[in-house]
Amino acid sequence: MDASMLIAAPELLVLIMACVVLCVDPFMEDDRRGIIHLLGMLTVVFAAIITLRHDPLVEGKAVVTAFNGMFVRDGMGDTLKLFAYATLALVFTYAKHFLRSYQLFSADFYTLSLFSLLGVMLLISANSLVMVYLGLELTSLSSYALVALNRASTRGSESAMKYFVLGSMASALLLYGMSMVYGATGTLSLPAIADAVRVAGSDDVLLIVGLVFLVVGIAFKLGAVPFHMWVPDVYDGAPLAATLFIATVPKLAAFAMAYRLLASGVPDLHGDWQQMVAVLAVLSLVVGNLAAIMQTNIRRLLAYSTISHMGFVLLGLLPGSAYGYGAGLFYIVVYALMSAAAFGMLILLSGEGRAVRDLDDLKGLNQHNSWYAAVMAMVMFSMAGVPIFVGFFAKLLVIKAVLDAGMLGLALLAVVFSVIGAFYYLRVVKIMYFDEPDGETRVSVPVDFRAAISLNGLLMLGLGVFSSSLIAVCMESFPS
Amino acid sequence: MPLLSLLIWIPLMGGVVVMLAGNQRPALARGLALLIALVTLALCVPLVTGFDNASAAMQFVERNPWIDTFSVYYHLGIDGFSLPLILLTAFFGPLVVLAGWEVIQTKVHQYMASFLIMEGLMVGVFASLDGLLFYIFFEAMLIPMFLVIGMWGGPRRVYATIKFFLYTFLGSVFMLVGIIYLYNASGTWSILAWHDHPLSMPEQTWLFLGFLAAFAVKIPMFPVHTWLPDAHVEAPTGGSVILAAIMLKIGGYGFLRFSLPITPDAAASLDGFVIALSLIAIVYIGFVALVQQDMKKLIAYSSISHMGFVTLGLFIAFGIFRETGATQGAGLGMEGAMVQMISHGFISGALFLCVGVLYDRVHSREISAYGGVANTMPWFAFFAVLFFMANAGLPGTSGFVGEFMVILASFRASFWYAFCAGLTLVLGAAYSLWLVKRVIFGEVANKNVANLKDIDRREAVVLGTLAAAVLLVGLWPAPLVDMMHASVGELLRHVVQTKLI
Repeated sequence: MDASMLIAAPELLVLIMACVVLCVDPFMEDDRRGIIHLLGMLTVVFAAIITLRHDPLVEGKAVVTAFNGMFVRDGMGDTLKLFAYATLALVFTYAKHFLRSYQLFSADFYTLSLFSLLGVMLLISANSLVMVYLGLELTSLSSYALVALNRASTRGSESAMKYFVLGSMASALLLYGMSMVYGATGTLSLPAIADAVRVAGSDDVLLIVGLVFLVVGIAFKLGAVPFHMWVPDVYDGAPLAATLFIATVPKLAAFAMAYRLLASGVPDLHGDWQQMVAVLAVLSLVVGNLAAIMQTNIRRLLAYSTISHMGFVLLGLLPGSAYGYGAGLFYIVVYALMSAAAFGMLILLSGEGRAVRDLDDLKGLNQHNSWYAAVMAMVMFSMAGVPIFVGFFAKLLVIKAVLDAGMLGLALLAVVFSVIGAFYYLRVVKIMYFDEPDGETRVSVPVDFRAAISLNGLLMLGLGVFSSSLIAVCMESFPS
Repeated sequence: MPLLSLLIWIPLMGGVVVMLAGNQRPALARGLALLIALVTLALCVPLVTGFDNASAAMQFVERNPWIDTFSVYYHLGIDGFSLPLILLTAFFGPLVVLAGWEVIQTKVHQYMASFLIMEGLMVGVFASLDGLLFYIFFEAMLIPMFLVIGMWGGPRRVYATIKFFLYTFLGSVFMLVGIIYLYNASGTWSILAWHDHPLSMPEQTWLFLGFLAAFAVKIPMFPVHTWLPDAHVEAPTGGSVILAAIMLKIGGYGFLRFSLPITPDAAASLDGFVIALSLIAIVYIGFVALVQQDMKKLIAYSSISHMGFVTLGLFIAFGIFRETGATQGAGLGMEGAMVQMISHGFISGALFLCVGVLYDRVHSREISAYGGVANTMPWFAFFAVLFFMANAGLPGTSGFVGEFMVILASFRASFWYAFCAGLTLVLGAAYSLWLVKRVIFGEVANKNVANLKDIDRREAVVLGTLAAAVLLVGLWPAPLVDMMHASVGELLRHVVQTKLI
């Protein structure tokens, strides 16, 4: 087999399986659709095995490229991919129940998710502007369709339209920026761009303008302020299963995209993009946290909380040090797991045909379902960054990286806004623990769902107490 | 045997086990909780007997790598400051379980588990020698307390508990930035290594202010004390007891462990500021306590006023050293502060338990709802009067010892410090005795009081134990002072030495 094929074997597997799921579906009776779920789960399991087995790092090379340098595999990429599989496995487990109760259980969700995963993986491994764009579009187009999954819902269609229009615009801006960078450097390959910039210096106006558009594209994908408008609407309007997906897996790719474009593409323009990223980070922290306080809709609350988390991720990118990238990687991975658990809980609490939307739907959860209340509380405390939960370590690493770079003001701003953020997470805990329930919420989900959500919640605690190895993996992903 | 680890993890894991007892079996949850708390208390015996009073070094040290990538260690150890506070924590473990024995009827397992987990975390705070580990215990402690106040508290519990959480959280994140800065500067999280790490004056000043933000809120000092009366009033009895008896002490302990030895020069230059705040707390908050209508609020304000003595005793050392050039008197102030912390732990805990006893029967904390309780509850009146006398600083009780030592030390720095501090003896007596007069003595005020039943055996055990402790420390404080003597000397060595670069 071609060496390139071997390096990209996980991607090929996901591509083939996405097509297989698509082809198998028409031949399935309604009651045998479980096979599709099984195929989806097998895909991520085997993709994980292949990623681990053919780890180029094991063969003594830190970085290997394929397809004439278009595609790269390195430590960061593999780490992100492995967590993308893990998160997607959680997403499939939670989504199955939701799709069943909404009569949406067909190959649509699985195919679209797998294609989106493929886009995520390509984006993570992109080593040229073309690959970045390809991966981004594959992820985005699948996501637009996922939001419109429930054809009967006008709300869903509206969000999908909104997402599509804004997303296309962001893609167009990104493409425009890429064309400028191409014009300035004469190459599409990211390492070659880095070399060209190093030789030419950073005075080229065309390059700087192009960089601005690249940053805009990244900010849109991450959902950083002021390019965040789509986040609350899409989170709220999409079917919960789609929200669950959008809030987790593609965010991992957005981090990779930021790293590939900024840190590997134009490291010599660090001084220029640092300022832009700093503005985005501060605005995201401020707007995300303040807007979340006022929400009564839990999905919008989580959307704004996502925005503030992205502010932290951007802070990690800011110093431009290996340590900072490691902190950002740790944060985004932890975020994906926290977010999966939070939306998984919303699916768990959604009764037959009635999806959780208001904060009050969680009222008095502790009364009858104390274990699930505890899971949700752990997720909330983790998001708030209270030790010993893993979210604390994520914030800690980022703040440390920022302090390392001597940016004391930003570090203080970040901690003050995380205290403000703690308020709305505490409000969720308050509603679950201190308020009386309106009636008994009956939880009727399959056993694999129960196991997955329990595990996911315990991970908040477990990864906190045993954070050592995950931190080491993230830090070692970036050669200093 | 890793004694300190056991002291932390037995209550922590015990809390999880109690949680598993479930909502359906409250009796099992209570029994298990009491058993675990007693086992933890029993573990303190080898801790005390194995402790060498003569040594200022850390003892019972455990050190294992925890997060290698940035050298965080699971590093425990105790000296003469941590040991008495750990004993105090373990001492209150069984008492709060007993205090909530009958009055807590809903979600007993979660209540008991919260207290056990809190106990483990508090021991962890006092035993940590790694800065990050300390911070983790320090913060994690907020979660069970948040739930305790919010779930079993009074009518305004949600407001009180969120205020409590956010106030403390806001204070401590500044400390977090400070300790990360220290780590970046020194390359280690070890608190003991930080004690010897030289720092410039601006660095010290910022770090000092960061620590002050965390510990001033916790202890609490004027003007960041406002969360305390709210939290105390709304918390269930057990919550108030832990809050007053132990959590406040963590602020004082933080000053001893962080502010004074790590940033001595900044502390020396800002000592006037801290002393001024302490004196305001002692005098002004004393007057505030005088006008309270609510018993719990009165005790809460009295706590703030008494904690002012702790900060005064700690920071008076700089003044004495400047005045006399000798460290002897300075040590007296610090020892006084420590004794005051322990004694206030016993007294405030006991006072909240007394209020709890009345509240369980009458369901009111208003002073005006009572009168002549001594007529119907003679045994209760006996204990309550003893504790309120101790609160006023009656010689022979523990309340006297600490205050006396601190006032004596402040004389060496300045007469006016001592004068202001001395006012507390008048004010403390005023609000304590006036409360006793209105609630305990006099004619039976109303039908509720007439129908009161005296304390039962369970309550008598709880109050009796505390009474014994208060009298023991009051009459024979020597063992307590001996325990911390060497550590005070060691702390003074750090404090009087300049660390400037």
